[in-house]
Formats: sequence, structure tokens, C-alpha cells
Amino acid sequence: MTNTLTTDNASVLQQRRQAAAEARRLKTLNSVFELRAFIALAVLIAVFSLLSDSFLTVDNVITMTKHVAINGVLALGMLLVILKGGIDLSVGSTVGLSGVVAGEALKGLHVSIFGVVAYPPVWAVVVLCLMVGAVIGTINGILITRLNVAPFIATLGMLYVARGAALLISGGTTYPNLGGDPSTHNTGFGWIGADRPLGLPVAIWMMIALAIIVAVLLRSTAFGRWLYATGGNERATELTGVPVKRVKMIVYVISGACAALSGVIIASELTSAAPQAGDSFELNAIAAVVIGGAALSGGRGNVRGTLVGAFVIGFLADGLVILGVSTFWQTFIKGAVIIIAVILDQSQQRFQRRGAAASAVAVATAQPDTELAETRPDHATTSPGASR
Amino acid sequence: MTATTTRPSTAARTPILQAVDVTKVYGGTQALKGVSLDIAPGRVMVLFGENGAGKSTLMKILSAVESPTTGHIELDGETVQFGSARDAADRGISIIHQELSLCPNLSIQDNLFLGREQTRRGLVSRTVQREQAKAVLRRLDETLDPDSLVSELRLGQQQLVEIARALLQNARILIMDEPTSALSAPEVEVLFQVIRELTAEGVAVIYISHHLEEALDIADDVAVLRDGSMVATAVADDIDLAWVVRTMVGREQDSLFPAREPTLGTVALETIDLSVADPANPDRLAVDGISLQIRAGETVGIYGLMGSGRTELLECLAGRLPAASGEVHLYGEPLTGSVRQRIQAGVALVPEDRQRDGLVQTMSVGENLSLAALTNFVRRFIVSRAGERSAVESMITNVTVKASGANAPIGSLSGGNQQKVVIGKALMTDPRVLLLDEPSRGVDVAAKADVFEVMAQQAERGLAVLFTTSEAEEALHIPDRLLVLVRGRLVADLPPNEITRDRLMSLADGADTTEEGLQ
Repeated sequence: MTNTLTTDNASVLQQRRQAAAEARRLKTLNSVFELRAFIALAVLIAVFSLLSDSFLTVDNVITMTKHVAINGVLALGMLLVILKGGIDLSVGSTVGLSGVVAGEALKGLHVSIFGVVAYPPVWAVVVLCLMVGAVIGTINGILITRLNVAPFIATLGMLYVARGAALLISGGTTYPNLGGDPSTHNTGFGWIGADRPLGLPVAIWMMIALAIIVAVLLRSTAFGRWLYATGGNERATELTGVPVKRVKMIVYVISGACAALSGVIIASELTSAAPQAGDSFELNAIAAVVIGGAALSGGRGNVRGTLVGAFVIGFLADGLVILGVSTFWQTFIKGAVIIIAVILDQSQQRFQRRGAAASAVAVATAQPDTELAETRPDHATTSPGASR
Repeated sequence: MTATTTRPSTAARTPILQAVDVTKVYGGTQALKGVSLDIAPGRVMVLFGENGAGKSTLMKILSAVESPTTGHIELDGETVQFGSARDAADRGISIIHQELSLCPNLSIQDNLFLGREQTRRGLVSRTVQREQAKAVLRRLDETLDPDSLVSELRLGQQQLVEIARALLQNARILIMDEPTSALSAPEVEVLFQVIRELTAEGVAVIYISHHLEEALDIADDVAVLRDGSMVATAVADDIDLAWVVRTMVGREQDSLFPAREPTLGTVALETIDLSVADPANPDRLAVDGISLQIRAGETVGIYGLMGSGRTELLECLAGRLPAASGEVHLYGEPLTGSVRQRIQAGVALVPEDRQRDGLVQTMSVGENLSLAALTNFVRRFIVSRAGERSAVESMITNVTVKASGANAPIGSLSGGNQQKVVIGKALMTDPRVLLLDEPSRGVDVAAKADVFEVMAQQAERGLAVLFTTSEAEEALHIPDRLLVLVRGRLVADLPPNEITRDRLMSLADGADTTEEGLQ
């Protein structure tokens, strides 16, 4: 096999050409896979439109998007946590707690020292709910960054704590008629659920606004870059001087606030708040982020993918309802879609790596023959005696 | 060389294991370029090469930890493709890794028999395992209790357990990657005795070591790798140390290193009686009462082998590890606080393990470069792309990173260029003191020259540069001053004209046995 280069130039050239072709093929496959969430969404829409006339109507699409918004807002918060390489299981319970806090505040807050009942205006109620969500997130953040509790465990604990708090505050009952009372000047809570500025429900506008904010945060701020870096390699990022703990803290706070916003949207749409609201919503949010191409190990994912993921989950669920598929099958199909999404994601990663290796081989074999020939002597060519 | 007996040459024996035209590509790095190697039974093949020459990669391929990108492995003249390291072990190939691969939470015997537990009626038989474990440890002249936890052992003992595990597998081919880095001189003697016994039984041994003389003592055959290519093979009796060094380096020794007359400024960094606890074993001091001074414009090398405390010293200076006692001063001011605070004060570290501690693999070259100094480009919460890009591009030119552009994924770069990115990242914080832990590790020869050129330039600019190395060649030729670190203690502080290879070797080795005498 020695001196292959001088005798077999043709075979080296062929090897190089093959490697280059392989690299190109894998690159094409890779770009197709990158669009997989969009393709999945397009396929879903096509199939449901064929099977049902009422699926692709303006009214239905808006209604479905309104449903998507609830999960979409949660998923955008979840995206930040997952980019960091964490997970937030407490968001579903925070949805419920946020609704309960809204219900309690609109019912009137008893200020015991003065013996009066205060009726905060609606904007104050919404701010209060967001703050409750932020507090849940802060607790998650403290548990994870200061007390070194694993994110899965810390947020699992808060899942129960927040749900328990919602049940305790409400006494287990639902708050009806959150419309408020003109005599106490706190009407208008239903506005978020009912009004349609420029033809779209407020919930959808909120999702759009949040998506833009998160996209700018991720793409254009130092925080966003730090977040991607922390998820990609926390050790190296910390050694680089990035305040990793602060970054982690902030993502949990944002995720909690997003969950609270989602809770407000639900309570407003129903003009009632049940302490059980948001049960297992965390799983839908995680599914949307994962279908959108984010890596649970952190460092990879974006807003566009997450939104598409939320649409896939939402349209799939509503489409199956429209077709009259049994809820048992709906659950089954949703699970299958999540697993397929992750399998596709893994294959894309593999293609990417193999593509990189193939182009490196192509480049390497393209080096001048002289250099390779010189660096590859026969065992017999080096005479130790002579070089002494 | 003391070998006088005539041993049969390699050619006379049929090779048991062969690497045939093996190429290995990692991301954009070509770690091996068409390497072929024959391993004969009953002989010790010593593989020489500088950092980044591809020794460890070749060992990983021979032991099936990694598979070659092109080329193949032949065992007993038959092309083989191992599914896993386990598969290779079943065919009689075992490897002792440079990085210890023991589970510290398990006992010695559990580690020794991990994956091949001795069972009786389906249950693990500890009595059988204990007896076998004792026997193999006795062979290595150790009286350790097989039931003690690996985490309680000192580094050298752990290395012996690793060796014992390989011995237990009754391998026909035994690969040892730096097996003696943490062993004392008597322990090395015992190991060499065992290796001689094994080769007498017909076992083939492949051996890698940074201790060139030591490795030549045990060698029957030698092979030299340089920059991923096999540049020479020879029978050990025909060559000497000078030949090894010349072939490894492959050029006139001094040409790599920029000659310069340093202009020294004031004392930039000073440590007073600094001690650092070993993070893996808090009862022990990894750095033991070190006092040193580095001036602005000075390039100071720390020569130390694995376990000498070189990494812990630098990590403590950078704020990663807390000091157990002692003080650190930066331009006369006490230096304390977190990594972030120290970077802001002007101390930047280029860590030893760039994959683990230096780079974010999911990001581009530019994003990695600007990560430490990102806040400099922020205007009203938004990172100014233009400002960032121009700073990144000038740094790419400054540290001579060869990449297709700032947007290239970091993984597409060669090891040397990745290292330049880590150095560039540190320089973007505009440091006053630059710490580099083994900056030449996993770096090809061409990039190595660039890396040291950059270090020299920064010293010219008035930075104090402190770097560590385990390569005698680098220690001999680069620094303005050389400190020798042995087991956490500073054993020598040498000006350039007093740095010689013999002096270095005797300091590094001698201190193993007469540690007390060298304080």
C-alpha cells in the first residue's frame, strides 16, 4: 500500500470526487430535514382540508390559532428554558394558579387592617397574575442556581406546590363570572378573550407580540447569545466570564411569567377560572419546542420552529376533533407525532456530522501530492543508522 | 541505550495487528493521514510524537474506541471491524487510557471486573473476584484492599488499578497510553518488569509516553508520528534519544520559537505562598505553597507533568478554584472574586481542555470569539452586529485563525485553529495577564508555531504571559523564564541559559523519589 499516490492518482481523485458528492447529497438532505416542521404542518393542513370542508375556513383557522396561542405563549417561555438546557414542568400549574389569582382579585381583595374590600382595576389584576408567575419562576431559579436542585426535580416540586396553592386559594371551586361589576369599576377582564382588534383575537396578538420580543431577545441581545452559549457548553461559558447563574435565573422567571399570561388568557376567554386549569400543559409546551427542532440538551432551537411546533400540536388536536376521531386516538397520535419529530431531529444531526466528515475528506485528499508523499514513507525508507 | 541482546527484528515476525492506511477526520481536523503500523507479538512498540501528532487517535482506532474514516485494521492478517471497545477486548486487545476511565464510586474489584463480572449461578461472586483482584494487584507489587473505593486512592494507585484491569483481560495486545504519568519511579520499575513478563509470554505491547528516556528503556521497536503522519519506524537498538527528538520535531529545534529580547516592566502578577486543594481529593494540596512573580512583558513557562498541580494553579489564578491559603496580587492589588470579576480585572485563562472548557460547539467561530467581550458591543440592549463583526474579523487576522469566515461552525476548524479561537476570545477581553494551560495540546505543528508567535506578540505588547507545558521541547525553547512544578511544589526557577534537557528531566523525575529534599 506504500506510495499509493504516485501509482494511483486516479483512485485518489475518484475518492475525493465521491466524498464531495456525498457531502453535497447530505447537505441537500440536511436542508430538507431542517424544514421538517413546516413540511409536517403543510401535510397536516393538506390532509385535514381534504377530509373536512370546514377545516380550512377563515373562522376555523382563527379559532384554532386562538387555541394555539395558549400553548404558544407557554412554549415561547419553555423555549428559553430548554435553550439553557433546563426544563420547566411547573408551567401548567402556574397557568391554573394565575387564573385563580385573577379570580380572587376580581372578586375583591379583603384588606383586613382597614376592614374594606379592594377592587383592583383589570390592568392591575393582570400585572398581579404576571408577578405571581414570575415569583414561581424565581423560586424555580433559586432552587436550581443557588441550591443546586436538578431542574427536573425543582420544577416537578413546584408543579405540585403551585397546583396546591391554586386549590388552597380557591378552596377547590371555580370562580364564575369574571366579567366584573360596573359598581366596583373592574369590568373588562373578558376583553382579552372576546375582543378582536383588526379581526384577530387579543390572544393571537399577544402570541405574535411575545414571539417578536423573544426573537429579538434571542437574536440581538447579549442575553440571548449568553443563553445559547450556556446551553451549548455551560462550563466553558462560565469560564468565559458570562454570568451563567443570572442567565438561568432570568429564563425561569420569564417562563413563569409566560405561564401566568397563558393563565390570564384562558380565564379571560372563559370568564371563569378553575384551579385545575392548565393541567399537563407543560407537556404540550415541551412537545411544541421539541417538534420545532430545539435540542433538550440545550443550545439549539429558535422562535420560528417553536411556533410551528405549537401550530402542529394545535392543528393536529383540533383537526382530529373536527374529523370526529376518538379522544383515545387523539392522545395516541399526538404521542406518535412527538416521537417521530425527535427521530427526524436525530437523523438530521447525523446527516450534519457525516456531511462535515465527507467534506473534510474531500478537502484533505485534495492536498498536493508532494506533501502527502513526503509524509508517508515506507517502513524501509527511514534508515535509523543513516540518520544517527 | 543499554540493550545488548539481539532481538529478532520486526520483519522476521508476522505482525499480529496492523493499521493499514488509516485516516481519521474529526469535524474539520485531519488527525491521522494515511498511517500504517505493524505490531509484532512479544515486542514493545513505543510510539513517539509531540502533542497533537495523532498518537492517542491511533491508539483509539487500534482499540476500536473510534473507527477510522478511511483505511482499516487487520488482526492476524484478517481485516476486522470492531463493533465496540468490548468487541475489541473480546478479540484480545485492551487499552489503558491516558484519562483514567474508572468509576470512583465503585470499589477496586468492582472496577476491575466491570462488564465481565465473575458469576456463580447468575450472581456476582465477590469471593472469586476478590482472590483474582488480589493476585493481579500482587503482580503489580501492590497490597491494596480490593474492596476499598477507587475515590480513596491517590492518582498513581488509580493508574495501577487501570493497568490491573487490562492485565485481567489476558490481552494479546496491550495498549498503554501514558501509563506512568502519575507513577513514582519504583512503581514504574514494577510496571516495566510486568511488561517484560508479558512480552515473554508473546503479548504485544504498544506504549506511549512523554518521558522519552523512560519509553526508550522499554522499547523494542519505535515509530514516530508527526502531524498525523507516520514519519519513521525503527528498531530501538539502532537509534538514540537524539534521533527520537529530531524525528519527532522534524526541523531545526529552535526555528519554531521566536527569538526575542524581552523588555520587562513592573511585577504584574504575584502569588505569595499560594496553596490550592485538589478538587478531586480535598484532603490533598494540588498546589502547595507557591510564591512566584511575573513581570509585564515576560513569558514564563511552567514545566510540569500530569498531577503536578499546573492546571490547579492556573485555575486558581483565574478564579475557578478557591485558594486554600496564600495571596494573589495583580499589579500590587489583591486579586479575588469570581472568574467574571477577574476577567474584568484583566486576568484571562485559556483552559487546558478546549472542548470542555474553552468552546461552545453549537456556535460559530465569531460567536465564540466575541462571547467574553460581548457587552462591549451592546448599544441600548442590542448587540451591534457591525461593531462585533469588525472586532471579530480583526481578531481572526491577529491570531491567524484559518477559517472560511466568522460564520463557520467552530467544529469545522482544526484543533490548532480552535485553540487560536480560544486565545482570541481571551484577548478580546483586553487582559493584562494571559494564562494558558497547555496551549499546544492537540495542536498541529504549524499552528503551534502560530500560537507561540501570538504569545510572544502579546508579551511584546506588555502583557504578562504565563503558560504550562508538559513538552520538554517547549519548555526548553519558548519562555523567558521557566518554573518547574513537581507535585504541587515549585522546585526550580530557571533563567533561559540554565534550562537544559538533563536538568529538566532530573528535576521532574528526581523529585518523584526525593520529594522532601527538593523543597
